[in-house]
Amino acid sequence: MGLDRGGKTVLESLSAGIPEGATAIVGPSGAGKSTLLRLLNRLADPDRGEISYRGRPLRSHEPLALRREVGLVPQLPALLDGTVESNLRYAAELAGEPLELEETLARAGLDPSFAGRDVAKLSVGEQQRAMLARALAQRPRVLLLDEPTSALDHAARDTIEAALGELEISTVLVSHDPEQARRLSDWVLRLEGGRLAGCGPLGEVLA
Amino acid sequence: MIPLAAAATSIHIAVWQVAASLALVALAAAISFWQKADLERDIVVATARSIVQLTLVGYAIKLIFEADTIWLVLALLAAMVLFGAITARHRAAKVPGSFRPLLIALALAGGTTLGLVVALGIFDPTPRYLVPVGGMVIGNAMTASAVALNRLGDEMGDARARIEASLALGATAREAAAPTVRRSLRSGMIALVDSTKTTGLIFFPGTMVGMLLAGASPTDAVRLQLILLYTLLGSVSISALTATLLAYRNFFTPAAQLRELELETSV
Repeated sequence: MGLDRGGKTVLESLSAGIPEGATAIVGPSGAGKSTLLRLLNRLADPDRGEISYRGRPLRSHEPLALRREVGLVPQLPALLDGTVESNLRYAAELAGEPLELEETLARAGLDPSFAGRDVAKLSVGEQQRAMLARALAQRPRVLLLDEPTSALDHAARDTIEAALGELEISTVLVSHDPEQARRLSDWVLRLEGGRLAGCGPLGEVLA
Repeated sequence: MIPLAAAATSIHIAVWQVAASLALVALAAAISFWQKADLERDIVVATARSIVQLTLVGYAIKLIFEADTIWLVLALLAAMVLFGAITARHRAAKVPGSFRPLLIALALAGGTTLGLVVALGIFDPTPRYLVPVGGMVIGNAMTASAVALNRLGDEMGDARARIEASLALGATAREAAAPTVRRSLRSGMIALVDSTKTTGLIFFPGTMVGMLLAGASPTDAVRLQLILLYTLLGSVSISALTATLLAYRNFFTPAAQLRELELETSV
């Protein structure tokens, strides 16, 4: 699979499998990690080759339904104006899922008092946890996480990592930090310059 | 029916009067020169263009009035819609494929509002009414849709992360763009809404001034002005709505992906 942007090749001859469980995509910045993640829920499509999800080409999945099943938490928080609860409700309604407000907040490491908070008054770390909660409100089967802690300090990072460690769904985590990949994943894809530089169990790729 | 014709023929302006008013243009140029605002050239060009353009339009309107056929009026209005869309497109440079939405928006705004004022019996479907009212309606529709699309272009860039985050939740393009479309529509309409609020207090609108100068009674001048303001509100909202609702789609692919207009922030 490959992809070009603005006349430059971003991903080239990439062929890899991602099993159920916790996967990390690692590599230096500019390696194509975030781009690959965006392809996995069809925010973009590859220019060459194909991606399959559960045995079916991604292009044959209805994009809106696919995105509700394969959720994505972007690198920087991008909540809608309003409260944490209104954001969660928006996501749950899009997915046609009932909203278990307190349980969903708890899974993202937020206590119930956050429900009524104005998102504009949250710290970046709290916003990022609200983003995680919003994605979880859709009850996805797979969660794609794009550097979810890159904008955070250590304490906020630890809170998010603890929440991620508790999730009982498959995750694909993009991280520039091999240590974070070690802490949070069992399977690793390593990218360098848009090409695959390693794919396999954690112990083999990040020795 | 408002006795516009009677009022309009009750005044004659001589060429020397127009020439005398150029003294104020000289004053404007002098101020610019004195304060180094660097607008003297623009003022001269603007003045020259206004003389040429308005004189040509004056003759065109004279011909259309004398021919007294609806087809010439429609041709003139169609030309206004076309040039309006071309002009507005420059203000909407960040919106891909903005010409078609603008053309449809202006045609719809002009057609609907003129059709309504004629159907309601407010104006006769004659050149004397349709040409000036059509010009105002289409001109204001052009400004409103240009402002709305200008805002849409900026907002779609600024809110890219938020829109994509909504798409990532499985929102449709329309749902993801809804807050942006709403703000763009508002900015297209707000100027006229505001000026309608303050009309008569802070400024006297052009039609009323024109009627008063032409010797019409203040009552008639006010009534005609009100009709035109409300007609313009209709036209402005139709054009801003149509332009934004048609144009926002051009930012998305059929698979509800944001088109690659600029490079992504992170690769």
